Amino acid sequence: MITTRTDQRSSAAASTAATPDGLAEPPRMLTGAQIALESLIREGVDTIFGYPGGANLWLYRHLPDYPALHHVLVRHEQGGAHAADGYARSKRGSVGVVFATSGPGALNLVTGLATAYMDSVPVVAITGQVSSTAIGTDSFQESDVIGSTMSVVKHSYLITRVEDIAPTIKEAFHIARSGRPGPVLVDFPKDLQAAVTAFNYPEGPVRRRSYPAPPRPDPAKLRQIAELIKGAKRPVILAGRGVLIAGAEEELAELAHQAHIPVGWTLLGTGAFPVTDPMALQMVGFMGAGYTNKAVCEADVLIMVGMRCDDRVTTRLDSFAPRVEHLVHIDIDPAEIGKNVIPHVSVVADAKVALRELNLLVEPKREHAWLTQIDQWKEEHPVRFTNHTGLLQPQQVLEEMYARCEDEAIVLADVGQNQIWAALWFNYRKPGLFLNSGGTGTMGYAFPASMGAKLANPHKTVFCVTGEGGFVMNMQEMATMVENNIDVNVVILNNSSLGMVRQFQDDFYDGVRSAVDLTFTPDFVKLGDAFGMKAMSTDRLEDVGPMLDEAMAHKGPVLLNFNIDPNANVYPIVPLGMGMLDFVEAS
Amino acid sequence: MTQSRLLSVLVDNKPGVLQRVASMIRRRGFNIDSLSVGPTDDDTISRMTITVHVGRQQAEQATKQLAKLIDVITIDDITGLRNVAHELVLMRMQAPPGERTELLNLVDIFRGRIVDVAASSVIIEVTGSAEKIDNFIELMRPFGIKELARSGVVALVRGDQARIRLMDFAIDGDEPPTEPSRLQGVAGDNTGTV
Ligand SMILES: Cc1ncc(C[n+]2csc(CCOP(=O)(O)OP(=O)(O)O)c2C)c(N)n1
Repeated sequence: MITTRTDQRSSAAASTAATPDGLAEPPRMLTGAQIALESLIREGVDTIFGYPGGANLWLYRHLPDYPALHHVLVRHEQGGAHAADGYARSKRGSVGVVFATSGPGALNLVTGLATAYMDSVPVVAITGQVSSTAIGTDSFQESDVIGSTMSVVKHSYLITRVEDIAPTIKEAFHIARSGRPGPVLVDFPKDLQAAVTAFNYPEGPVRRRSYPAPPRPDPAKLRQIAELIKGAKRPVILAGRGVLIAGAEEELAELAHQAHIPVGWTLLGTGAFPVTDPMALQMVGFMGAGYTNKAVCEADVLIMVGMRCDDRVTTRLDSFAPRVEHLVHIDIDPAEIGKNVIPHVSVVADAKVALRELNLLVEPKREHAWLTQIDQWKEEHPVRFTNHTGLLQPQQVLEEMYARCEDEAIVLADVGQNQIWAALWFNYRKPGLFLNSGGTGTMGYAFPASMGAKLANPHKTVFCVTGEGGFVMNMQEMATMVENNIDVNVVILNNSSLGMVRQFQDDFYDGVRSAVDLTFTPDFVKLGDAFGMKAMSTDRLEDVGPMLDEAMAHKGPVLLNFNIDPNANVYPIVPLGMGMLDFVEAS
Repeated sequence: MTQSRLLSVLVDNKPGVLQRVASMIRRRGFNIDSLSVGPTDDDTISRMTITVHVGRQQAEQATKQLAKLIDVITIDDITGLRNVAHELVLMRMQAPPGERTELLNLVDIFRGRIVDVAASSVIIEVTGSAEKIDNFIELMRPFGIKELARSGVVALVRGDQARIRLMDFAIDGDEPPTEPSRLQGVAGDNTGTV
């Protein structure tokens, strides 16, 4: 039964703090919108990125009644979705929250949800929907949001009864953050936002027979893996984002040090293992370090932890780890096991639990010959760049930036050449946060996501590395940054082109440059000025350090435009269709 | 080598489940040969019986991806087990009063039934394996099929023991299962290829 609330003045009742559980006070009668907001507070939410519109106005009507919920008005819903993603990625255990209205507002979330889905990021999107009585009539701003987002969310709900609001939101958060995390969408019809019911937040853990907790690692499998490590002559570990999600960095380091196993990582696993560790390899795969690819191709025992092993990792599938005798795959998602490569031994479990229990079984050992071989490859195939032009090189900018990160700053990278350079030059002596859209490769991700990261980590320095192409894809968020004085240092590596595509065209598409020129890009200093955002620009190396220092000293967002060598390329790179060992290096 | 796999899936009886299942199968590039849905003895749970045309390796992937859907309670690949897998066909046949005997004989042989009789046609109902129904349809063709409706497969494994008992999913306590369940798949363990 839906009763429509007519007296909005009594909403004052809702702003009184929630009564502590257990007190025998009668449940308060609240509107659906109030229930949703109260539920968010119960789930520990403090920040919401959102955009209002006709179908979520009851939510916005009551938002000011809840000062515990800090709402950030983004300038485009895509920016909101990425900001929620950046918030969640950078603060373990948190869930990013984004609001959008029905129809166009909700549909603007799709790319952001897909980005979060591919990279297993817990986000809850609450979208306004037309009145439940109008659904299906093509009413104004109606769209089938559940249908449109089905393949890019972990789960979604259409609320159909006012009593379901609190349990649905509780379940949505549980599903978003548990198991393999992911985005969950709650589609919330307008009439139900106004309908009134008694507010009772469900007690206790969420239980659904169709959503079991992840299994504990199978001890027999762990013993088997420990035996394999014992017998291994050329062991290698590859770490993915699952290690970071699980918070298993220490366990990973312990395993690597106990048995002296070299550790490489995926793009999304960057930061899971200290780059300067003696056991550290580097990024693997398509644009990975040559020595990591060599190690993987020589390995007899390869242990993959918390990764999907996609084509960016394997390059041509038959070239991946050809000498491996025992492939071990540990992942929380059973569907990842055997999807792209078929392991000999697999463990379905949380990476932290699996590694912790594995470490109890692994004996100290050291394969001297193997480690010597690896050191030799490191010398033969260093990650490096060349400068034939004397122009500012992107890596020089990044070296200056990383020199100021002190192993602490959160670094976000967008998509394209800037992303790979930023990943390969990431240099932390301990685990750290390097966030990027590794799975979908969404240009325009980093800038809005960096707002989320900074708001989630007010005491950490945040750098956003981006190309000028990706930056302009969501540059409207400059207004949000300035309005909220979000202290992010944006490093634009400006090569006046869609650099990664340009490089592909030069090398793999007959050298025909087509639709990649970005000469017509705004003057970023004037642009910053127009938005009220401090901005600086240079093409000279000697300016880079001082500009970064000034940006860091400034309390607020800063735009740094670096005009780099327009022909700078990403190396190493495996030419399209080639195998892991066919990487081409900087010459 | 591809083959038909027969999947028996229990799902929460909620709106949109059919779309989620169908969309997952399509998105992962598998083809549905047949799909049928209906409630079980517990009205909060529906059973879907799905025939997908895939290779062995893909079947495992399809199964695991489906298992991941939040509304899917459990999924059982019953291909090749001793199972009863039946379809139902309804056919409106050309059958003027004087020419019905031969038709009725065949219906009898296939243990079918006449479920409707009209002036010059009858509706026949036959149930059984896909093969039996294929054969029956072929035999009926010469008589003149006016209309035909065929269901998807529904299936259960033979024997006393239920493969999936709903009580297995009663929820008690917060302890995660200690034994890896059937679905926590050990895809291709020890198959030796990479
Ligand atoms: C939304 C989106 N559209 C298109 C692409 C394809 N794409 C990948 S990299 C790239 C070029 C990026 O150029 P820029 O942002 O200037 O960064 P650069 O590669 O120059 O560092 C393009 C167009 C993409 N990844 N995302």
